[in-house]
Amino acid sequence: MSVKSYRQALNEAIYQEMERDERVVVMGEDIAGGMGAPGEDDAWGGVLGVTKGLMPKFGRDRVLDTPISESAFIGCAAGAAATGLRPVAELMFVDFMGVCFDQIFNQAAKFRYMFGGKAVTPLVIRTMYGAGFRAASQHSQCLYPLFTHIPGLKVALPSNAYEAKGLMTQAIRDDDPVVIFEHKAMYDEEMEVPDEAYGIPFGEANVTREGDDVTLVAFGRMVNLANDAADSLKASGITCTVVDPRTTSPLDTETILETVSETGRLVVIDEAHPRCNMATDVSALVSQEIFSDLKAPVKMVTAPHCPVPFSPALEDLYIPSTAKIEAAVREVLGKGH
Amino acid sequence: MSGNIEPILMPKWGLAMEEGMLVEWQVEEGDAIEKGQEIADIETTKITNAFESPLTGQLRRFVTMDGETVPVGFLLAVCAAEDVDDAEIDGFVRDFKDNFVLDEAAAGAAEPETVEIEPGQSIRYMAIGSDDSEPILFVHGFGGGFDNWMLNQEALSEDFRTYAIDLPGHGGSTKQVGDGELATLTDMLHSFMSVMKIERAHLVGHSMGGGIALDLATRYPSQVASLSLIAPVGFGPDINMEYIDGFITQTRARKLRAVIELLVDDPTGISPDMIEEIIKYKRLDGVGPALELLRDKIMPSGQQAAELKDRLEDLVAPTQIIWGRNDRIIPASHADGLPDRFKIQIYDDTGHMPHMERANEVNALISAIAKS
Repeated sequence: MSVKSYRQALNEAIYQEMERDERVVVMGEDIAGGMGAPGEDDAWGGVLGVTKGLMPKFGRDRVLDTPISESAFIGCAAGAAATGLRPVAELMFVDFMGVCFDQIFNQAAKFRYMFGGKAVTPLVIRTMYGAGFRAASQHSQCLYPLFTHIPGLKVALPSNAYEAKGLMTQAIRDDDPVVIFEHKAMYDEEMEVPDEAYGIPFGEANVTREGDDVTLVAFGRMVNLANDAADSLKASGITCTVVDPRTTSPLDTETILETVSETGRLVVIDEAHPRCNMATDVSALVSQEIFSDLKAPVKMVTAPHCPVPFSPALEDLYIPSTAKIEAAVREVLGKGH
Repeated sequence: MSGNIEPILMPKWGLAMEEGMLVEWQVEEGDAIEKGQEIADIETTKITNAFESPLTGQLRRFVTMDGETVPVGFLLAVCAAEDVDDAEIDGFVRDFKDNFVLDEAAAGAAEPETVEIEPGQSIRYMAIGSDDSEPILFVHGFGGGFDNWMLNQEALSEDFRTYAIDLPGHGGSTKQVGDGELATLTDMLHSFMSVMKIERAHLVGHSMGGGIALDLATRYPSQVASLSLIAPVGFGPDINMEYIDGFITQTRARKLRAVIELLVDDPTGISPDMIEEIIKYKRLDGVGPALELLRDKIMPSGQQAAELKDRLEDLVAPTQIIWGRNDRIIPASHADGLPDRFKIQIYDDTGHMPHMERANEVNALISAIAKS
């Protein structure tokens, strides 16, 4: 056990799986850096350094710097997965994913189904998401709802370094395509992470706080904000249950329904735009299954339906905040709070 | 410093404890209190437990109030005789606060270490106390770890060199448990003693660890100075498989909590952090198969395999057996009919974890047998 950053935790998971299973390979743009050029090898380790150190250890045969063509290398990774390797492909920013939707939505996600269960596709796509990095509207989106929509894909959103290592390990060991969303504002966040390898099962939510008054369901980086809001509301005598679903597909509907039934109130926090995001999905689930247990209307705290602003002041306003979560909790509790 | 003013300080329960919350005083200012009396409830991130007075005297002043969180080693209250006037107590409290510095060791500097017993097989252990003192070796039970002794090791380290290990298959130790037989774990514990150059130790074993300690004491009698067995295996066939199977299979906090609650008589002290740590341990590669193998070998078809009761006759070391009357894992009736020469202590209102539920009393028993 030692203190590791979110970045180190992800790196360690990939490193340990590459050591354990020689079929695991990594590929992507500049994931080592310098391939075919006279400059420094392993100069980059990916755009924010997650894969640094893998190439010197495992060599160019297993750490592949690819051309700047997402459609080519994601298609390559899907095919490699279907024919016996276990590729971990880094697609830098999720915002760029559009150019390879066919490879992901129609090929990787469908192989198992279209081949009558005779093909497996142990593919992992790593990608960065989220605002707060002053990277503007084409590098800051939270597009996990798009991937959650597609049957055949699994989608994981690690909310801290411990979760990052466990979910990444699980993703590499899974026989289906998994898209793992890494929040770019979390790479330097540190905590105690075991040195040994471990997986966290998909579809098992983590209840990070237990309370009586309101259930907060939050995704990815928003889990930390929800925890902060819950801790701060305690001073006012308001106790919250906080649920981190960990994966949006599969989704642990059981834990969500059970904890919302107990408190009777739900605030869903999602950094994605509010139309067809995880907040609407969870709201629909709860209203359909346990409407009679609700003591107040469901409240969503999300980004607005507009592009991520480049102006730092507007970007800060755009992202859900602890203050907005606290206000939503007080609102669902009604007068006097 | 006034010789007749005595402080009561925030205790340190376990490696991770840096501070504690005084939930509620159970006595009033002015009360006469006795050593071992439960005087307050203290909550850490892991556990809420009754705090027993370390001394006998008149409690004159609360310094830490209900609901306050203070660092380990901070002043909770002051005891003094009646003839000490209030001004003197004020001065004592003021001096204490002015001179209080965070104890670095108490603030988490103590770390467990690891040692290889075979190439590629390491054992994690926590050692506290002076090298010159006689050693005590704590051996936890199925699914446990060195931190199970959080309420015992620190307290006993004043007079002893204390070692608490993670058994193979547990905590930060190797997840290889060989053939999974109890005797194999004994061999590995013996290797640990050899590698650590512990020639002779007082053994304290809980549950499965009690069986291991007893096995070791009869196979290597010259290396065991005394034996304290807490709710040990090997004294009868019964074992609660609902607990064992639940511990292995439950992966979610709520369901696992219901299983862990079987361990103790009063489950309110079990914190969410404690459950979370068990879940994190169970996720580590190799833990699941190790626990299943231990279960299949040590508790095949729902009954205990080890029959160690007869071995008691061969024991040369002074031995005591400690049990909770309300033990829901291994019944306390397994201690019935044991030879008179052993000290048998059965605690009322206590479950499978007397060393946590009755920490001060169990510590006193361990200390007494080790010093006798």
